[in-house]
Amino acid sequence: MIGAETTKSGPFAHSTNTVRQTMFTVILALSPATLFNLYLFGWPSILLFGVTIGACVVTEAICLALAGRPVTHTLSDGSAVLTGWLLAMTLPPWAPWWIGVLGAVFAIPLAKQAFGGLGQNLFNPAMVARVALLVSFPVVMTAWIAPHPLFSASAPGLADSIAITFGGQVPDGVTAATALGYVKTELSRGIPVFQSLVEYGRGSNLTYTPDLMDLATGYKPGSLGETSAILILIGGLFLMRRRIITWHIPVTVLGTLFLMGTLFNLLDPGRFAPGLFHVISGATFLGAFFIATDYVTSPVSEKGQLIFGIGVGLLTWVIRTFAGYPEGMAFAVLLMNSLTPIIDQYTRPRLFGRTRKGEPLPLKGKA
Amino acid sequence: MKHQTAVLDSQRVPETGRSSLMKRLDQGLLRFFHGHKTFDHGIYPIEHKELTADKPIRRMPFADELVIPLLQHKGRPAIPLVKVGQEVVRGEPIAQADHFVSVPMHAPATGVIRAIGLAPTAEGPKTPAIFLKVYHAASQQVLYDMERDPERMSVKEIIQAVQDAGLVGLGGGAFPSHVKMHPPAGRVIHTLVVNGCECEPYLTCDHRIMLEQTDALIRGILIALKATRAERAIIGVEDNKLDAVAHLRARIARHLPITAEAVETKYPQGAEKMLIKSLLDLEVPAGGLPADVGVAVFNVGTLAQMGDLLPKSRGLIERVVTVSGPAVKNPGNFVVPIGTPVRFLLEQVGLKGPLGQVILGGPMMGMAVASLDVPVTKSVSGVVALEPEHPSLARRQVYPCIKCGECLNACPISLNPSMLGELALAREYGTMAEQFNLDQCFECGCCAYVCPSNIPLTQYFRIAKSINRDAKTRHEQHLDATKRH
Repeated sequence: MIGAETTKSGPFAHSTNTVRQTMFTVILALSPATLFNLYLFGWPSILLFGVTIGACVVTEAICLALAGRPVTHTLSDGSAVLTGWLLAMTLPPWAPWWIGVLGAVFAIPLAKQAFGGLGQNLFNPAMVARVALLVSFPVVMTAWIAPHPLFSASAPGLADSIAITFGGQVPDGVTAATALGYVKTELSRGIPVFQSLVEYGRGSNLTYTPDLMDLATGYKPGSLGETSAILILIGGLFLMRRRIITWHIPVTVLGTLFLMGTLFNLLDPGRFAPGLFHVISGATFLGAFFIATDYVTSPVSEKGQLIFGIGVGLLTWVIRTFAGYPEGMAFAVLLMNSLTPIIDQYTRPRLFGRTRKGEPLPLKGKA
Repeated sequence: MKHQTAVLDSQRVPETGRSSLMKRLDQGLLRFFHGHKTFDHGIYPIEHKELTADKPIRRMPFADELVIPLLQHKGRPAIPLVKVGQEVVRGEPIAQADHFVSVPMHAPATGVIRAIGLAPTAEGPKTPAIFLKVYHAASQQVLYDMERDPERMSVKEIIQAVQDAGLVGLGGGAFPSHVKMHPPAGRVIHTLVVNGCECEPYLTCDHRIMLEQTDALIRGILIALKATRAERAIIGVEDNKLDAVAHLRARIARHLPITAEAVETKYPQGAEKMLIKSLLDLEVPAGGLPADVGVAVFNVGTLAQMGDLLPKSRGLIERVVTVSGPAVKNPGNFVVPIGTPVRFLLEQVGLKGPLGQVILGGPMMGMAVASLDVPVTKSVSGVVALEPEHPSLARRQVYPCIKCGECLNACPISLNPSMLGELALAREYGTMAEQFNLDQCFECGCCAYVCPSNIPLTQYFRIAKSINRDAKTRHEQHLDATKRH
């Protein structure tokens, strides 16, 4: 056992932390929100969810095999499952199967493996896929539906669901606008935000009427990850508690969004939605806790993460408020991803025994 | 004298927290949240100290043959004074120092010189050593002995006496102690930092020394204070050894300028630059020495030996070693003659089963031996034996870096190990040194410890540094050659 060939190099101690553990802890944190929403949107959403994750794992395996890398070893890191999971959570729950498959193709081969695989990608793969799908298939990608909980009278059975997911036969009269989308549309028709918010709450022209409380609990139209803000928040806090993520990015994203919303809402409540509305609607919590905090595509230093978070919050608010899309989180994250290398470059911490500029500290009292 | 007072003015003992209100608030908050004084970053490995922490120091018997390498310290190897076949008495000088940065060796036992040749070392290459066959029937009394009073010795005499005693940093650094007492021109030492942190897992020898050899330690501190002309001494002890702090405080006479302070239990608190930062809030400039901020650092084991040996004019012939680890049957702390082969030590403590790896020092910065014939040298503070199934020896799957930033938050000097690791994979060794300060890395192992992708970062950095060193040598040789022609 002891010999020149078997001698190892130190340190001979290691923390129990592993990549796989990290990935599956994130998945665990996403689970409550996921399960609730799969229940809320029924069989079609479960089918789409399975298809999306499956497609991500399969495309990753194909890429690895083509690149001549160990397939099972790399798959076991859990990152493809997590990417698929996050992507599925941003899709309309009743979207057809090919949306999930095409999303996987955007996410894994193009956004991740083309850059060199795990750890090398510049952009968040799930967000690249979502944005590519949204730009290419705007109608399908905005076909939000009102909740049809499993086993409820209005919920489609398994056979109908297969027809919805694999046949693309979405029944009439189930689609509904998300809160952000509704406010945006109404504003373009000249209806002030405060009025449309109340109307959305009353559900004057919807098949389903969420009240403002439902916005937070998640009983409302939207993607899987968009709807239950509270469950996502609980998952995010769990990640912080497990020290998978730190407070820097989530707090700055939410804080900036809230501040901008509140500030402009005070200036003109007719044009600008209130801060709290921005924070609890859309995919704000999912973005702040799970998407923007992605290790690979966010800055490594704490100071860099603060800058990154403020950028994401600010851009999300700008896009939601002034741009053509009602939801801007995905765009904001991608834009800030592209700045990550440069943020890292300029937030390098001061080295021990050196000045900020990198020179050795001057000697005190040099004779 | 005049020259020195001028320096003293600008390099007075710093009073922490006096510079600004913010700093004071900052430190107050820090202490509120973190307890004892500390440095930034670092890690909290499992300590495993309970295996030996309450085991009093016992004496290890003599092995049949002792192997005394001529280079057990930083600097030039010692020059042998003995011939093969010559009989030596325990404590007798058997090798002399080669110039200033070198120390002599003394016979750790009464016996006969069997050979002078090459012996295996933990570092790898074989090194010249003296092989001493022990006379088991001899009384093993140290006859090389002469009483003297360090208080009556001049600074110069003390520094010479420390070199003659063959003292080096016993904490693992193995830097000749007398060299540290002689600060570079223009530097004045104001504070003596006594390192009792012992931040490596498993090791408890310094803990036992503070408890059991307290008077020798205090004597040693007083000698070092005199030699360095420092105004005060602070013993820094990690707060997992508060019994040692209380014990020291009770034993230090009130009029002495010596204090004992607890610092946070965090690895690598015992790295001298970290400890200086924790205790004094001073940062040693990159590439500099503690003397650059007016500090000299000595390990408690070194000073305890100094306090014991100097008044008797003796040389260093043994040291306290923690022998521990999950593969050891009867772990403990032992006074071990220098040159005792690791094999003999492990036979004495007994093994539970087959060995996986044996580490000299602690598991974080220690070195695994390739042969059990490697001897205990002056800087070996611990022998840690791991069984083959030990988790740290398991083949870990290495994943790509996911930029989680754990290593950045672990690195005590705020390097970017993640970036350095990527550069090492791309073989950009030059860039690592020029743009990312590779040379400042002291290989504490924190980055490799925390890495969730199991990337052997510390090993990468060792390799990169050695490649850079080779390249530099080749470059200099090339310059030399072009100059000559």
